Amino acid sequence: MNRNSNTYTILFASIVVVVIGVLLSLAATGLKPLQEQNKRQEKMTDILYTIGLDQDALISKAAAEGLKLNYKLIEKYFKTYFVKQYALKENGEVDKNVNAFDINLKTEIKKPADKQRYPIFIANKDGKTYYVIPLYGKGLWDDIWGYMALEEDMNTVAGVKFGHKGETPGLGAEITKKWFENQFKGEKILDKDGTFEGITLSKTNKDPQNKDKEDHEVDAISGSTLTSNGVSKMINERLKHYMPFFKKIKEQKNK
Amino acid sequence: MAKKHKWKDLLYDPLNENNPITVQVLGICSALAITVKLMPAIVMALSVMVVVAFSNLIISLIRNYIPVRIRIIIQLLVVAALVILVDQVLKAFAYDVSKQLSVFVGLIITNCIVMGRLEAFAMGNKPWDSFLDGIGNGAGYGLVLIIVAFFRELLGSGTLFDKKVIPQWLYDHGYVNNAMMLLPAMALITLGIYIWVQRAMYPQLTEKH
Repeated sequence: MNRNSNTYTILFASIVVVVIGVLLSLAATGLKPLQEQNKRQEKMTDILYTIGLDQDALISKAAAEGLKLNYKLIEKYFKTYFVKQYALKENGEVDKNVNAFDINLKTEIKKPADKQRYPIFIANKDGKTYYVIPLYGKGLWDDIWGYMALEEDMNTVAGVKFGHKGETPGLGAEITKKWFENQFKGEKILDKDGTFEGITLSKTNKDPQNKDKEDHEVDAISGSTLTSNGVSKMINERLKHYMPFFKKIKEQKNK
Repeated sequence: MAKKHKWKDLLYDPLNENNPITVQVLGICSALAITVKLMPAIVMALSVMVVVAFSNLIISLIRNYIPVRIRIIIQLLVVAALVILVDQVLKAFAYDVSKQLSVFVGLIITNCIVMGRLEAFAMGNKPWDSFLDGIGNGAGYGLVLIIVAFFRELLGSGTLFDKKVIPQWLYDHGYVNNAMMLLPAMALITLGIYIWVQRAMYPQLTEKH
């Protein structure tokens, strides 16, 4: 066959495309379960981190049982600590048709507020209740996200975990560092009258040691104002949607 | 075309005298972007090595059947397929590293080393030679990446493989990590110093004017 003819060229191209297409789709479907599992594992470890169980704690916990930390074990720990997870409506009611863990906030936050479902994870650790709220927002370059655990009073921050897609290394990317996350511990999200106030990253914080836990401010990161603003915005925008739910719980308790 | 290649030359040449980054000046962009830490740099180096080696092998196997008019498209197709494959495998088995590499795995497609070797070598040489050439060039790329990443992680974060190596007493005496090393600008300067040292040691690499 003439190798310069159009027929040969088209035939050759078609065969190559079909062969590659089949190979790639086989690989994609074959590897998909593992990739999904990785994502779930990351989400579970992030959430566990906020209630004080970081990677090291999980590893030593597993070692105490004579086991190596793997996906199954993380899932088991997650299920033992996180007794309830809800997908909330805007008015604080639970939507039983939606699985909270499977909500993808990246697409969810683009919906109008009344169409969104707000996932919340409720943990019971050493007799204490924790409420973990997933966060999602925009940093300077790309998406940022995180989880914030509140203590039983639904006011004090027990721990946070942040993640980002492409913030500047050494500047905005510092939000994932321990020193930054530790600042949030003990901060309050409600003011003295119980109204939602949130937590803001501030550059004019008169409390650089972060001793005042009632000021609703933590130190911003110098050189990354826009990432810091993004974090403040994300925390305050996300948390306020959970206030109706917390109000309901408090009312039930007072009855 | 009938030129005989020694497999040793194919493997060792690109490490130094014909290094794709420092001598041929290809693939600089990714070299600057993912050399902040050692671990991602090593994974990136391996990924590029796999892609160059296997795309060289495949293209060389079918080189006599590729219609000349669409040869670049066919090369791109093979490279793209391999890159997607590598990306999927990383996401399944090395999730943390693949997150750090993010778009740069996908951008191997545009890495000039890959296309450069396909056009310059694989289209005119036997499969086994092409495969070795790919391994050699991948290793040459990786070597530079790892050396740059070593200095950037050591001086920028004070760690190697995320383990602290700078002793605490140095910090106590006022030593600070140089955050500049984490920015791409310092990657370029580190790479420049590397090229300087290399040319000083091997004067024959310097262009004559």
